[in-house]
Amino acid sequence: MKHLLAIDDLSADDIHRLLELTDHMVEISSRPIPKVPALRGKNVVSLFFEDSTRTRTSFDTAAKRLSADTMNFAVSSSSVSKGESLRDTIETIAAMGVDAFVVRHRSSGAPEMITRWTNASIINAGDGWHQHPTQALLDCYTIRTGLNRRDGFDGLHIAIVGDIRHSRVARSDVQAFAALGARVTLVAPPTLLPPSLEGWPVEVSHDLDALLPDLDVLYLLRVQRERMDDALLPSLHEYSSLYGLTDARAARLAPHALVMHPGPMNRGVEMVADPGELPGSVILNQVTNGVAVRMAVLFWLLGSGGDLSEAS
Amino acid sequence: MKRLVIRGGTLLDQTGERAGDVAIENGRIVEVGNDLKGDTELDARGCIVSPGFVDLHVHLREPGKEEAETIETGTRAAALGGFTAVVAMPNTDPAHDTVSVVDFVRAQGQKAGLCEVLPSGCITVGRAGTQLAPFAELAAAGVHLFTDDGNGVQNPQLMRSALEYAGPLGIVLAQHCEVAALTKGAVMHEGACCSRLGLPGWPAIAEELMVMRDIELVRLTGVSMHFLHLSTARSVQMVRAAKAEGLRITAEAAPHHFTLTDEQLNGYDPVFKVNPPLRTRADIDAIKAGLADGTIDAIATDHAPHAPHTKEVPLDEAPPGMLGLETALALSISELDMPLGQIVAALSWKPAVIAGVADRHGRPIAVGEPANLTVFDPQQQWTVVPAQLASKSRNTPYAGRQVRGKVRHTILNGVAVVANSAATR
Repeated sequence: MKHLLAIDDLSADDIHRLLELTDHMVEISSRPIPKVPALRGKNVVSLFFEDSTRTRTSFDTAAKRLSADTMNFAVSSSSVSKGESLRDTIETIAAMGVDAFVVRHRSSGAPEMITRWTNASIINAGDGWHQHPTQALLDCYTIRTGLNRRDGFDGLHIAIVGDIRHSRVARSDVQAFAALGARVTLVAPPTLLPPSLEGWPVEVSHDLDALLPDLDVLYLLRVQRERMDDALLPSLHEYSSLYGLTDARAARLAPHALVMHPGPMNRGVEMVADPGELPGSVILNQVTNGVAVRMAVLFWLLGSGGDLSEAS
Repeated sequence: MKRLVIRGGTLLDQTGERAGDVAIENGRIVEVGNDLKGDTELDARGCIVSPGFVDLHVHLREPGKEEAETIETGTRAAALGGFTAVVAMPNTDPAHDTVSVVDFVRAQGQKAGLCEVLPSGCITVGRAGTQLAPFAELAAAGVHLFTDDGNGVQNPQLMRSALEYAGPLGIVLAQHCEVAALTKGAVMHEGACCSRLGLPGWPAIAEELMVMRDIELVRLTGVSMHFLHLSTARSVQMVRAAKAEGLRITAEAAPHHFTLTDEQLNGYDPVFKVNPPLRTRADIDAIKAGLADGTIDAIATDHAPHAPHTKEVPLDEAPPGMLGLETALALSISELDMPLGQIVAALSWKPAVIAGVADRHGRPIAVGEPANLTVFDPQQQWTVVPAQLASKSRNTPYAGRQVRGKVRHTILNGVAVVANSAATR
């Protein structure tokens, strides 16, 4: 496999293998010197057209632990406003010699377009509302370890709550969770769901309270203030009263249930309770696992054939 | 005087179909018969000889975006596509809201001498939707069709007023049907595809609400109106019903709206971004049915050249539009289940009436008529190769597609501007 653009590019087997590879990366990360020479001489370029310090840092750390060389390009303005096409930008940087681009773009599809203009591997670090595949993989890894489900998610019920319509995390998570066998329910007001769910392996609910006791994972998404400007929500307060995780709602979750969030959290909106006091919260584990998962992805795409013996 | 003869073709016009040669002198047809001789002869064996095509909807980009197209390159593409007249859309820079701009556009067309350029006029100054453009002055300068194409006229009071004011001038107002509040940021059809791809959708209702509003404004004012590039099944249905009531409405559809669906956006290639967007299979079927039963009067290309670098950016940054002039005939023949006579009607004499040029384009092939003719081989197979197109831009959505039907010769005012599928100037 050359690129990682969307979870759809991966079979269930691929996902399992990546998660197993992540186990090794977790082990490497726990060593006194958490660094192996697996990707020595490989040049990994972070190309962030949209600012995201946490994702960029996570990839950067992952690449460095595998001994890859790293470069960072922050391209804040749109290509057009610079008088340069996206193609020009890519071809220019690729000419410096690049093995992989880690691409974050505010426009859906930009990473896929970029594959046409370079021979480097493209790793999608989040594109528009489309996909954020490494987020979904780290979410899977977090559930796999948090609920001890190494063989898959059969029988798990996962609710994804919030602004599904504008969420690349939701689009990736739905595909990944369903591929591993989970039952996925989307919970949101109709205005925050995509216009069509044709072909999505999900159920839909507008009633979080009715679902709570049945859930194994409650996955909260960030809800943004600008949704009110588009008349998609009356107020964040109303959203919070219907869908926010309060202490009362947290108390109705099953004792083993996990609470997850891709960050950054909107405290007081979707996250009303103090996440530090929620026994099921694995939100910081998600961040920690992010580095190991991204090591696995980089090694999978740039290493020779996915055999980690080379990495040790 | 030089005598040009088109030999051995089948003549097809509004009077029917028959074999015959056509002799042309001084820009007019001087003889129709058999075994005619001329100083120059064009072979039309195996071909249809029809009145020249008229495209109600082209973007020639000059003045303002000459890196994408000029009037010369655009009209060369038009001639190669069999068009003897094209209506130039007003969204140039500056826009077609003054006499000097429309005079310039027409003059550039005459200078190139490849195809008659009919400048449209703006409905509102600068296409900004706030102040009426000077209809009477522009009409006196020869403008017949008025539109803010690219923008729908959002304000219903202004649209009503435009229709009332236009009434006695005998001009045609043409609407780009899009309620802008419903298409904020939209890059493709709203449906299953955009939901999966994570792209903002352009819902069918945004077109249909304006079609609905304008049908009622036509009813209220009694002034005729033309709908540009209809793309949805429900729009076709509403226009069909309005026509059945006797309302004075005409409509056009573009080849890409009866050949391509929103599934084309799966690879995020901005060459498939167009406004209104590619829709669904059901919409394609409705557009075809609308063409077949005459609900949709004309096939118009919405030829929209864009320089390559402007399409090598993410979908939301890329401008909408695709090339159309050189592929319209072939796609119509290849994809429409309609008799050839009906296809030619939708490409020639029906749009000629809407464009206000029925005195010189889309005329029957008869002695004394102006010699604006298209000769095409309806059977010839060819493959669309972007680099071989005459347009200055390359944004055809049909690259590599096998199609059937090729223009052999195009005669403009008695001159073969295209001979043997090559432009002569």
